[in-house]
Amino acid sequence: MAADIRKLIVIVDETRKEMGREVKPATRRALAIAVIANPHAGRYSEKLDDLIEIGDELGGTLGRACVQALGIRPAQAESYGKAAIVGEAGELEHAAAILHPKLGAPLRKAVEKGAALVPSAKKMGGPGTPIDVPLGHKDAAFVRSHFDAIEARVADAPRANEIVVAVAVTDSGRPLARVGGLQKHEIKGEDGLR
Amino acid sequence: MIDVRRSLIQVETIYHEFGPRPAKPQQRGAILSVIANPYAGRYEPNILPMMEALNPLGVDMARRLLEAIGVAPEGIEGYGKGAIVGSAGELEHGALWHVPGGYGMREVLGWKNGKAGGNAKAIVPSTKKVGAPGARLDVPVTHINASYVRSHFDAIEVGVPGHPRADEMVVVLVMTTGPRVHERVGGLRASDIKGEDGLR
Repeated sequence: MAADIRKLIVIVDETRKEMGREVKPATRRALAIAVIANPHAGRYSEKLDDLIEIGDELGGTLGRACVQALGIRPAQAESYGKAAIVGEAGELEHAAAILHPKLGAPLRKAVEKGAALVPSAKKMGGPGTPIDVPLGHKDAAFVRSHFDAIEARVADAPRANEIVVAVAVTDSGRPLARVGGLQKHEIKGEDGLR
Repeated sequence: MIDVRRSLIQVETIYHEFGPRPAKPQQRGAILSVIANPYAGRYEPNILPMMEALNPLGVDMARRLLEAIGVAPEGIEGYGKGAIVGSAGELEHGALWHVPGGYGMREVLGWKNGKAGGNAKAIVPSTKKVGAPGARLDVPVTHINASYVRSHFDAIEVGVPGHPRADEMVVVLVMTTGPRVHERVGGLRASDIKGEDGLR
């Protein structure tokens, strides 16, 4: 079952200055959000296979939308994250079905490689509920400069029978990152952690 | 004088709102620039130099927004603008955006000083407020050539997480590619615009 997408939102957030200092190159973070119908709203379903397939579809759709909005080659993507907000007639597990089993593979294809876990967040909410989408480096989860989060919010969603699904992709870490830890040029890229 | 710290572009594609899907989905785009407020923290009697200085930013933002929406200038049917002033500023600082915001959008959408053949004849509707970091603003939208076109009355909620800080302003432009997705409350139709006064 293909996702019934009511609306699609793509955001590019570019930081050029922080604390009076130039950020060069500017850090850029893209966020792609789909507002979809929840086929299981209002009832308990033992099997959530259709939501799992929707996750597969949206991982590609939203991942590519982010890369395209950033205007980069897939290999230039540096960090990623994902999140979902389930409307009140749904269940938190619906977010899990979309996010965890299948969304990652097509997203990794959209950003090339992606050895690291895709960090995630989920919650129940109503229209306008914000969610902070966690961000981590796509090839090594411990890269400290790339730990970040970007706020996703849709003024009129999720309605009770909807789910908001968000994917974030960046071409950079935090502006003026300077708290040490693993650096991106030190990535070994073997285990997705370091 | 114009110090852009951050920009945020948002494009929303609306396929339906629980009714029949239109042949062409409606797109609504917004661009927000976080800029330093050079007048923060004091009463400055003459703020007009900044209005002039904002003109290039208005044009640049309108161009980038149009590019992000991905349509030709003729594809834009509705517009609006707004400003959120950080808490060390005053509402009047937000009013500086009226002229450059409107000018920038008209420049890009094919304005001909209101003469025949031109576009963007209608006043660009606006809202402004003083707000804390993360404040949201509902930016009104009306038809670019006739303010009374009922199908195009709309609003887009925008904001930048973390901004405006006390000494900043967020200036906003919005554009749409068509009417509300299931518009059906009558009134003046876009097809009936006379295009003489920017109203009807």
